[in-house]
Amino acid sequence: MLERMHILICGGTGCLSSHSKEIKEEFDLLLKEYEMSDEVKLVMTGCFGLCEKGPVVVVYPDEVFYSHVKVEDVSDIVKEHVVKGRPVERLMVKDPIDKKKVKNFSELKFYSKQKRIALRNCGNINPLDINEYIAKDGYLALGKVLAEFSPLEVIDYMKRSGLRGRGGGGFPTGLKWEFASKSVDDQKYVICNADEGDPGAFMDRAVLEGDPHSVLEAMAICGYAIGSNQGYIYVRAEYPVAVERLNIAIKQAREYQLLGNNILGSNFSFDIELRLGAGAFVCGEETALIASIEGYRGMPRNKPPFPAVKGLWGHPTNVNNVETFANVPVVFLKSPEWFKSIGTEKSSGTKVFALGGKIQNTGLLEVPMGTTLREVIFDIGGGIPNKRKFKSVQTGGPSGGCITEESLDTPIDFDNLINLGSMMGSGGMIVMDEDNCMVDVAKFYLDFTVDESCGKCTPCREGTRRMLDILNKICEGEGSLEDLDTLESLGNMIKDTSLCGLGQTAPNPVLSTLKHFRDEYIAHVVDKVCPAGVCANLTNYVVMDNCIGCTKCAKNCPVDAITGSVKTKHFIDLDKCIRCGACKKACPVNAITSKPEGWEERING
Amino acid sequence: MKSLEDLKKLRDQSLKNMTMRYQTNGTRVQIGMGTCGIAAGARPVMSKFLEEISNRNLNNVTVTQVGCMGECAFEPIVEIVEQNGNSTIYCLVSEKKVAEIVEEHIIGGKRLERYLLSGVKR
Repeated sequence: MLERMHILICGGTGCLSSHSKEIKEEFDLLLKEYEMSDEVKLVMTGCFGLCEKGPVVVVYPDEVFYSHVKVEDVSDIVKEHVVKGRPVERLMVKDPIDKKKVKNFSELKFYSKQKRIALRNCGNINPLDINEYIAKDGYLALGKVLAEFSPLEVIDYMKRSGLRGRGGGGFPTGLKWEFASKSVDDQKYVICNADEGDPGAFMDRAVLEGDPHSVLEAMAICGYAIGSNQGYIYVRAEYPVAVERLNIAIKQAREYQLLGNNILGSNFSFDIELRLGAGAFVCGEETALIASIEGYRGMPRNKPPFPAVKGLWGHPTNVNNVETFANVPVVFLKSPEWFKSIGTEKSSGTKVFALGGKIQNTGLLEVPMGTTLREVIFDIGGGIPNKRKFKSVQTGGPSGGCITEESLDTPIDFDNLINLGSMMGSGGMIVMDEDNCMVDVAKFYLDFTVDESCGKCTPCREGTRRMLDILNKICEGEGSLEDLDTLESLGNMIKDTSLCGLGQTAPNPVLSTLKHFRDEYIAHVVDKVCPAGVCANLTNYVVMDNCIGCTKCAKNCPVDAITGSVKTKHFIDLDKCIRCGACKKACPVNAITSKPEGWEERING
Repeated sequence: MKSLEDLKKLRDQSLKNMTMRYQTNGTRVQIGMGTCGIAAGARPVMSKFLEEISNRNLNNVTVTQVGCMGECAFEPIVEIVEQNGNSTIYCLVSEKKVAEIVEEHIIGGKRLERYLLSGVKR
């Protein structure tokens, strides 16, 4: 029988952790009770991208978008919307920008400015059902390639599309395939790098969870182009949902003979297996990844020889990132020229960004290259919550740098971000406001790379550790101006002498904050003050003269360190104060500060 | 699957089960299913609509269940909303009438004057 309604429930890791699985079970139960299981289809999809609003439920054909759905809300949706056709207004999503209830999903500004290529099926199809992928032209690109293209033509298509590696490096994908195809060997390998490790980046997970077949299809196309019959997906075991869905997808593709011997009646055979990583950041580097698949400790080696010449078990190997692969089928379904027409001249196509930090719409979005940072942060991201002021955005995770207000109108592409002292990386974007201490931010990222350094080369192993020691000293108030110079020269030295990308980029967060926020470093080492009030040892809260005596600060202080009577200026006893910042948050007139005297003039002048 | 043709066939067949998620235009069939509608037999009428539409491979028609439409004496009531916004309300719809409505109105584009609510109700 024809279904009259499809209920899509987000099954991305974000929504699953807020009980979307239980929500689906509840729907299932209630639909059975109302004897409507045949007419109403429940679909658990991949990530919708608007994680901030999760768990998300979308009801078709009305396209109603329900946000923050709880298990208790399911009976309302079933009784009102499913049975009587009346959408439940109280659960409809509010547009974060103008606070109006939005009925229709396509009315949301978050979606209307996006262009989804890599995420085309995420949140639209059931990732556990190969038929739904096939319905959306899935495996058609592979079929077309096998029937009509020679391997060289495939590579030519990829080169013309201008697709560049989405994992961080931005190396042209077509060229990479060409190198691997030119290597002569009777055994070659295709590897999908799904070792996503940047803190705050989760686009690869979203693709694997929401549209696993797109990656399988692209790997087979790559295998045909370079002459390989075996692919591996190196995915971290920390992504259990992605692993489970990939396994199901591979099984289904084999059943349909879209993987295996003589695919679609051709001479081409290709199969894919999973390899689980233990979650080491350095294994995102291709030679370390290959070592890990081979069963060795995940450590990078010198290049050349590049994997395209000597890779997995000594055979030519092509390694691409998940998002790169997800773009590949579209190049063949549309055309390389179509793909090339999107984005900027040197960076074609789109890029997925994971937006996090001090931002309204935390989540995943995909925009054409060349979109400005301002559009991403303020139009799609909805801006900074709580009326705070934008300070900086960190792109490229622990390898990237900070970008400040004056560069917000720069169109995003690989080269522009590098010119700004940052990088595209995998597409993590952490937004920071005036309450973030930039020294502390740099320390956070460096702490991460110190942990993740594999220890093989000295500059990275010892150098990053020394830099972290200096940052700790600065945050505790023991730093000096000389330390800033040491940080800089040490940072540059590590960049120049490290073996792999991890060490070569690890000092970036420190160097870029030193460049853009030197005043803050100076405040830490000279004035012994942390202007943002983050470093506890360097924070001294004072009440300014614009205090209206509302007593809110005193009421919120957990240690009763604030005294003062109604309508008079209050006073903070710094001996009792634990620097929690509760008073600053509570103050309605911004009368509590930790900034040194004359700070605003100093940074603005 | 043995060939590209097989794949395309499966695609067309699978897409049929998903059109609702991608198509925003087309004809909508709204069936009054308040207590009055259900008591008057709206449920088998709706099942019949779903069956007829699926048998005839109509891709651009969706069926929606709505609440009481206010004319309880004339239930089951079915409203057909066309893409251009034109709406037609049929009353006292039986399973037998469903096939006619699908055939003549939804496919043929001709209103069945004799079943209209405005015609029956004076």
